[in-house]
Amino acid sequence: MPKDNSIKSVLIIGSGPIVIGQACEFDYSGSQASRSLREEGIEVTLINSNPATIMTDPVTADNIYLQPLTVESIIKILEERKIDAVLPTMGGQTALNLAIEADKQGVWEKYGVRMIGVDIAAIELTENREAFRQHMINIGLSVAPSQIANSFLEGKEAAQKIGYPLVIRPSYTLGGTGGGFVHKEEEFDAALRRGLAASPTHEVLVEKAVLGWKEFELELLRDKNDNVVIICTVENFDPMGIHTGDSITVAPAMTLSDTAYQQMRDEAIQAMRSLGNFAGGCNIQFSQDPVTENLIVIEINPRVSRSSALASKATGYPIAKIAAKLAIGYTLDELKNQITKTTSAFFEPTLDYVIVKMPRWNFDKFPGADNTLGLQMKSVGEVMSIGRNFLEALQKACQSLENGRKGLGADMKEWVRVEDVLGRLEVASDDRIFRIKDAIRLGVPLQTIQKLTHIDMWFLKQIKRLVNYDKEIMRFNVPSDLSEPFFRELKEVGYSDAQIAWLLRVKEEDVTKQRKKLKIERTYKIVDTCAAEFEAKTPYYYSTFDSENESISSDRKKVIVLGSGPNRIGQGIEFDYCCVHGLLAIKEVGYEAIMVNCNPETVSTDFDMADKLYFEPVFWEHLESIIELEKPIGVIVQLGGQTALKLAETLHQRGIPIIGTSFPNMDLAEDRGAFSDLLKELDIPYPEYGVADDVDQAIAIANRVGYPVLVRPSYVLGGQNMRIVINDQEVERQVLTIFKHMPENRVLIDHFLDRAKEAEIDAIFDGDDIHIMGIMEHIEPAGIHSGDSSAVLPTYSLSVEAVNTMVEYAEKLARALNIRGLINIQFAIKDNKVYVIEANPRASRTTPFIAKAYKVPYLKIATQVMLGTHKLKDFVIQPQPSGFAIKVPVFSFDKFPNVDKQLGPEMKSTGEEIRYIKDLTDPFFRELDRNRSMYLTR
Amino acid sequence: MSEKFGLEPDLKPAILLMDDGTIFHGKAAGKIGVAIGEICFNTGMTGYQEVFTDPSYFGQLLVTTNAHIGNYGVKNSEVESESIKIAGLICKNFTVNYSRKQADDDIQDYFEKEGLVGISDVDTRAIVRHIRHKGAMNAIISSSILDVNELKEMLSKAPSMDGLELASKVSTTEPYFVGDPAAKHKVAVLDFGTKRNILECMAQRGCYLKVFPAKTPLSELQAFNPDGFFLSNGPGDPAAMDYAVATVKDILKQDKPVFGICLGHQLLALALDIPTYKMFNGHRGINHPVKNLLTGHCEITSQNHGFGVDPKAIAAKENVEITHRNLNDDTIEGIRVKGKKAFSVQYHPEAAPGPHDARYLFDDFVGLMEN
Repeated sequence: MPKDNSIKSVLIIGSGPIVIGQACEFDYSGSQASRSLREEGIEVTLINSNPATIMTDPVTADNIYLQPLTVESIIKILEERKIDAVLPTMGGQTALNLAIEADKQGVWEKYGVRMIGVDIAAIELTENREAFRQHMINIGLSVAPSQIANSFLEGKEAAQKIGYPLVIRPSYTLGGTGGGFVHKEEEFDAALRRGLAASPTHEVLVEKAVLGWKEFELELLRDKNDNVVIICTVENFDPMGIHTGDSITVAPAMTLSDTAYQQMRDEAIQAMRSLGNFAGGCNIQFSQDPVTENLIVIEINPRVSRSSALASKATGYPIAKIAAKLAIGYTLDELKNQITKTTSAFFEPTLDYVIVKMPRWNFDKFPGADNTLGLQMKSVGEVMSIGRNFLEALQKACQSLENGRKGLGADMKEWVRVEDVLGRLEVASDDRIFRIKDAIRLGVPLQTIQKLTHIDMWFLKQIKRLVNYDKEIMRFNVPSDLSEPFFRELKEVGYSDAQIAWLLRVKEEDVTKQRKKLKIERTYKIVDTCAAEFEAKTPYYYSTFDSENESISSDRKKVIVLGSGPNRIGQGIEFDYCCVHGLLAIKEVGYEAIMVNCNPETVSTDFDMADKLYFEPVFWEHLESIIELEKPIGVIVQLGGQTALKLAETLHQRGIPIIGTSFPNMDLAEDRGAFSDLLKELDIPYPEYGVADDVDQAIAIANRVGYPVLVRPSYVLGGQNMRIVINDQEVERQVLTIFKHMPENRVLIDHFLDRAKEAEIDAIFDGDDIHIMGIMEHIEPAGIHSGDSSAVLPTYSLSVEAVNTMVEYAEKLARALNIRGLINIQFAIKDNKVYVIEANPRASRTTPFIAKAYKVPYLKIATQVMLGTHKLKDFVIQPQPSGFAIKVPVFSFDKFPNVDKQLGPEMKSTGEEIRYIKDLTDPFFRELDRNRSMYLTR
Repeated sequence: MSEKFGLEPDLKPAILLMDDGTIFHGKAAGKIGVAIGEICFNTGMTGYQEVFTDPSYFGQLLVTTNAHIGNYGVKNSEVESESIKIAGLICKNFTVNYSRKQADDDIQDYFEKEGLVGISDVDTRAIVRHIRHKGAMNAIISSSILDVNELKEMLSKAPSMDGLELASKVSTTEPYFVGDPAAKHKVAVLDFGTKRNILECMAQRGCYLKVFPAKTPLSELQAFNPDGFFLSNGPGDPAAMDYAVATVKDILKQDKPVFGICLGHQLLALALDIPTYKMFNGHRGINHPVKNLLTGHCEITSQNHGFGVDPKAIAAKENVEITHRNLNDDTIEGIRVKGKKAFSVQYHPEAAPGPHDARYLFDDFVGLMEN
């Protein structure tokens, strides 16, 4: 029997603002689910408070409610619309909690709404640690010995009984919040108190720690007939003890025999079937004793989870899309494999490549944060890479991280002291993978590393191969010394030309030249779910150095869109939104749209978004290979944040056309000195400033421009290492900090406009006309990073004169910079005088927010203006403002208990939400405005 | 990947030459030598050792599509017969460095001991795509002779799998027993190259088995006084096995429970006058979707076959019912004989390697013997 025809209208609940542990992967699953339901002729209504999502865009859903995720909002929707069913499994814990809350209040029942794709009883069972443990034991599966505690005393008793090391897991928390390992009795009391406090029900599980056991995750799908398939098996490189969101993970499992795997598969299916009868996705984590191969179940998430997005990208099997269809009554055997379009969706994907997922942390944004890894997730984003062997995938992941690494080591950033390295092995932090290679290089025996890290020997031996390759390369002096087979082998295990160059002590371009001379070129393979057994219809590619190339370049006109790499603070989901719209706009004008990115959480890397998807590092060498193969008419760098923009210079140097604003003009906006000269020429005021190379210069400048001053590195993202200081001593300290962390940087010193108002404009310029998309006024005063400020659209307190001046300056700048496409300009207003602080010649963090608030497809317009196929006058732009829209920052401070929560010039928020207010009497606005005064008096 | 890194063996060059002249250059894996067979591919991500030792692969050059082969070493107990049965291995990364506490050996030593020739570092995906378009064909791997003309000459002499009888080459020569003699049911197993795990699945369910050589006539099977008959899997073309078809016809007259797997399924079909055919590309892997038409349930199955049962001929047979179908290509995966206790499946419910979704078929067989 196919779908349930009584369901004609479905409500999907989103996951709200991005926080650590719940990021844009839920935008991916929600968007997929929505499109999947609309394919079936179902009307989709979406609620989410996060304006940077693609799911809340008219391209995704029929009715969109950018409203707070509260029961009141749900009731409002149900009053307005006839909703037959609610799908709460696509929006993470947030959506589920809201659905459960609404259920408890009888809302669904009252409005005759069915909950689909979920079983509340199953959810509650898996989240109640003690009930879950009992349930597993009842169905004959093993779990770690543990005991529940609802009080401090009970916790102490449990610890005594179980013994150390142990784990404290608070009930009903997200991303492991409040949990932790306790190795010694002395640490126990504090850990227990933290755990009890973190749990909303004041309950923790005290559990035996199976430190060093291997950790695996299985992604399952089940239909209403109880048919189950395993979509993906993931092995954690970092064994038990580190949250899987903070673990490097590998697919398929690398060290699992068939006997061990089938036992895991059997138990996973048994466990899922024992949990109600919902149709949808499920994630199960196992731990395996490496000696006896005994298994224990760690946890189950009976819904689409964080890892579902990764599993979808890793296998090509769109879990959320299929899960949505299962929720409306389809069975797996009635659906087709979305990649082959001919074979069945009831099957288990098989991989002929290796996937490595690597988390991206941002500890540098949280001075004082504990950067050790444990049960609580701390990463802010992730990258995924694909290779034909583990090492290739591992090195590509390192190249994807956007932290300046050129691969796994061999790039001048290695550590050289054994004692430093050893400390980092035992206590894992964000750089452990690099320290492992350092340790091997420094001669630390693999056994010792294994003892300290518990990482499986297979992985360590693989990394040791790289150390040996490094040593071998170092025996040579010039690229032409490397034999063709050896050179090829190096590329096959993922070495970048830059790494080889570093080891040979030559320039990167010399290595590249020799490589091309030897015809060692990338080939591309398809991710097809079936190891080439069947023909794939989807253009989802990755590079390797194998013999056959499957990516055939068409003779159409092509445009490449560069993505923004891993999410991090200051650069997140908003650029995914921009890229998706860029792709759609390119397709609309009849060009072939090609996407390049390495972030598995994104919608833009969904294989049916672009005409061609290259799941590759946004790293020059990889990009160059794609450009050489595809020969596009140009590359769009305006939509992928600073990551994409950074590549503009190289593109320009190689004569590759940049779509939209030219590189020299973008550079003019980015180069502080040249930009200030331009402002002077245009007669636009700006804060006095200077550029310093050392402390003495810095102090001289500070005194010239006058305190307070803003001290920052000349190149930054999200205000990193930016500080407002008031005297010479502070200048000295700050300048030294910058040089320590960023030795290649110069230091910028601006006069800081104390107590000024901040505002910004996003605009599109086509060479003749400008369109002001929106003017936003920040509630918080200047000095708080714009990403951490509440931005009100339109302005609410600035004078008409000031606003007109801003518009006038924006047009002057757009013209002077010869912008084609987007520009964002930041202003400070003091005593009714308007200063320009900076201009960004690209899509900004606020572009999606304005597009949502005004209901105008600005990104499409901007992209087509960039392409030159359209002028602004070709569009009828009708913003639909209603009252004020406020972009409110959201923080993840609960993950970093010891961090300074005070806001300043360095951005700290992880996400944002949108709030609409009718007028300034709104209590929500009043509250924000009161806080402003607090900042002012600080 | 050479010895100077102290981690991978010193790999000598090797060549893969296919019947249509396609050549791949790679590195030697396993024993240095020459291997000839029909090239086929398996898409499983686990269970390489079980596959290597599966007698149904006798005479075949196996392409493994999984990126790494050898990661978890080899374990003496995880075999489907006493020795390697594939003719040669073709893989991407031959990973000698393994990690598994319970493993007994690494894959290089294992291949050397068993005398198996392989080639690694070839574009296995390109090979699979090639076979997918061109169909199954003979091929030769060599790490000892690297002269292509000489290899072509050798390859030209290799027989085609079509019409080739191989079961008797891997069948036991002497009967043997498996299980508890006091068990409830006695099953006569016709061994055409049976996997160990099939026998174990039956023994675990209260069967005492006598495993007979492929060419054993019914009279000798009857002497064991069995409650049921089992037709095993095995290699080669079923249409070339007249002897076995005749025996199965005799068995069907007994009106006792009969269960066939893979080749056994094809032989049951032939005994019912339903022809078999050579598939363009066989099914080999552990992710094949099958729907049980009797229950409506779906199962992920382990498969290994290059021949199939003709669906049109079945449709014309009133006494035969299709019980299972492949969800990918609609091929016949299971049949039963109406009015008799005989049934068979094309896939491998015993798994090893592969999912255990279809183990219920052994319960069904035992159930038939109980009635």
